[in-house]
Amino acid sequence: MEDKVMITCVSCPMGCDLNVEVIDEEIKKVEGNRCPRGVEYAKAEYFNPTRVLPTTAKVKGGILPLVPVKTAKPIPKGLLEKAMREIAKVELEAPVKLGDIVIKNVLDTGVDVVATRDLAKK
Amino acid sequence: MNKQSYDLVVVGGGPAGLAAAQEAYDQGVRDILIMERDFELGGILQQCIHNGFGLHFFGEELTGPEYAQRFMEKVAERGIDIKLDTMVLEVTPDKKVYAVNSKEGMLEIDAKAVVMAMGCRERTREAIGIPGSRVAGVFSAGTAQRYINMEGYMPGKKVVILGSGDIGLIMARRMHLEGAEVEAVLELLPFSGGLTRNIVQCLDDFDIPLRLSQTVTRIHGKERLEGVSVAKVDKNLKPIPGSEYYIECDTLLLSVGLIPENELSVAAGIELASVTGGPIVNECRETNINGIFACGNVLHVHDLVDYVTEESKLAGKAAALYLQDKIVKRDKEINIIAGDNIGYIVPHKITEKIEERKRVDLYMRGKRPMENAQILVMDGDKKLFAKKERFVKPAEMISIPLPEKMIEQLEGSTVEVKIVEGGE
Repeated sequence: MEDKVMITCVSCPMGCDLNVEVIDEEIKKVEGNRCPRGVEYAKAEYFNPTRVLPTTAKVKGGILPLVPVKTAKPIPKGLLEKAMREIAKVELEAPVKLGDIVIKNVLDTGVDVVATRDLAKK
Repeated sequence: MNKQSYDLVVVGGGPAGLAAAQEAYDQGVRDILIMERDFELGGILQQCIHNGFGLHFFGEELTGPEYAQRFMEKVAERGIDIKLDTMVLEVTPDKKVYAVNSKEGMLEIDAKAVVMAMGCRERTREAIGIPGSRVAGVFSAGTAQRYINMEGYMPGKKVVILGSGDIGLIMARRMHLEGAEVEAVLELLPFSGGLTRNIVQCLDDFDIPLRLSQTVTRIHGKERLEGVSVAKVDKNLKPIPGSEYYIECDTLLLSVGLIPENELSVAAGIELASVTGGPIVNECRETNINGIFACGNVLHVHDLVDYVTEESKLAGKAAALYLQDKIVKRDKEINIIAGDNIGYIVPHKITEKIEERKRVDLYMRGKRPMENAQILVMDGDKKLFAKKERFVKPAEMISIPLPEKMIEQLEGSTVEVKIVEGGE
């Protein structure tokens, strides 16, 4: 199977546009990169693109109705919207501490969702 | 009136004010007050819940609130005084600070030094003059960000974003993830003002279109926004007749620039630079008024908070040296000149001798995107040195170190920096 895709490398601010050729699940050619990091990036981004998901979770009795949270590590890009729905189900109770685990092992990714600030009681 | 006195008053408790206060304390100042109009410290970082902060300063990737909390903890550990929910009304040239809050009433604070760290504001629909009806549903991107990330309100369901700076891009992703349809991000210029990484991770990831050289020409609706007219623009950024089309939407977010907030500075008699909209400062970030310093986005709009921290530490340290009477003037004042292809440079001049200082960093922005550029640093007609940059983007600030030894040996009284395309 042959696949040709365009991936913008974000390893550094230059943002090279990479033309990537994939044959039988193997990267055969990367063009447009100005440094070797482009090839590594293309590999990771083609086979397993991951992102940190920053969002908010509801809080009861806090000085604000929401606390910011994030996945402690990047999770597969395809799971971002599913993870949003999981986080939407949560309601925490104030006070919240930075680093508190909001969801353990979200969607079996092995990654926790954690709070990213302290939130005091009202 | 309630009268108080402090050695150092810091106006604003965002990243700039926090870093300046912390550094002044670490340099020996003990009598410090931070004044903040919001109900908590941290400034705009508290609503910037996305990651990408701190890579430069902490060497790890943090969200805005995490970055803010690190500095809030430093300030708390040092026992620095804080007044929240306090609005500073006036700073006089002899450094009296007038403010008001609901606990203490009117305050007159006698300061020996002041750091201005008020940050910046967003440009509005009025500032860019989009004609059409005055409907609900038109927000500045930062206002929408605060509603969604801190207050729990969703501004709308079908969104157009005007402006592809980082705030616009970040908000496109945020609104999409919270369930809104983001129809398009429009950009007046032929290039995006945002970081490449944000274009990939905020737009491309979710198939949100970025339309360059287009702008909103009219706002439609009765009470709530119903749609916008969009047109392509020519080289002079003027809408091209006949290119107009309509996008149905209930929300328009404007991410059309930030302006340093300097009403207090102007009233204090501080001179502003026309390009940055912020005070004219020396390398200590001291304004034309002795003992009044400025740092962070009130001085010029930064792309990374990490640079705000660095700059604010300079200002905090300088405020401490000023209070300790340790600042020595140079015999010769050196003016820094923004030459060809450079929008602006901060600081505007070098005037002080600081012990043990090894270099002065010049922070600047290119005027337009360039490839294989050379940054030339000139002493009058003489070239001091050149630095190659493969890419110059107006969105990304460039810093050039000027070694102290080189400053000592300058023949003229100006240093000009310019960018030229191609090698020699």
